[in-house]
Amino acid sequence: MSDIRQARRALASRILEGDGKASSSERRAAFNNSGLAKPAATLVDKVASHAYRVTDEDIAAARESGLNEDQVFEIVVCAAIGAATRQYDTALAALEAATENE
Amino acid sequence: MRLRILDSGHGFGTKALFALIRTMSRQPVLDVIKLVKYRPDFYGGPMSGVTQDAMRGSSTWSVGDRELMAAFVAKNNQCEFCTKAHSAVAQGAYRDGKKVSAVLSNLDTAAIEEPLRATLLMLGKLTREHAVDADDMRAVLAAGASRQQIEDALAVCFSFNVIGRLADAFGFFVPGPEAFEAGAKYLLARGYR
Repeated sequence: MSDIRQARRALASRILEGDGKASSSERRAAFNNSGLAKPAATLVDKVASHAYRVTDEDIAAARESGLNEDQVFEIVVCAAIGAATRQYDTALAALEAATENE
Repeated sequence: MRLRILDSGHGFGTKALFALIRTMSRQPVLDVIKLVKYRPDFYGGPMSGVTQDAMRGSSTWSVGDRELMAAFVAKNNQCEFCTKAHSAVAQGAYRDGKKVSAVLSNLDTAAIEEPLRATLLMLGKLTREHAVDADDMRAVLAAGASRQQIEDALAVCFSFNVIGRLADAFGFFVPGPEAFEAGAKYLLARGYR
């Protein structure tokens, strides 16, 4: 799996820095689960913390706040990848700590 | 599907592909396929590369082990779609349905190797609590998993912590077992690209 870190970096770079319908700063805020206004912030926090609790109303509220469907799509994707990245980085740091004296 | 664009916003060529899939498999197109085929330059393309490496790249975990990890992560995320989808793939890869259901119903008593059990336990905690510590990792190493195996398992966990969140946030339709069986056959034959 030597290429996987590179593949993951390419994914993060694409969603955060490449072209999008949501602004780059909105996508980065969604990735970080920090700095968005409600109701998008509520949706993003649910995606990051417990996505199974997302409801039709959460998506509808984000749409009614002025985001179009493509922007909601991008923001949710960034929120999911950001949350998974934080988990992965935390776990890898724990693995480093567990093996640092070997 | 909560966003109309993900259900029907695809280009003509992709819609033709979906029609072909429906005809060949005699099953509806799974919502996960509709997601990865929507504006694939944004998400589906780069994500498929990550997932293919994690699930089918070189690793001392078998394909069945990795699909079981995917199902287990999904279950810990309470994601019904991914749990059912990857249980079906793991069952196909192992050619053993009982092993998968035993792990998903009770990890402590399932008849599996200790390194796999300890790895799944750690992945479950990471998924539910969003964090693990050095002691958690030492326990996995003590059970016999190698450092590389842990890294490989974390790569699986990453992919399914993304996909499960999207499945639930976008409201994937959960079809009957036949559709998941067809999806499992495809993933075992062709992988994630």
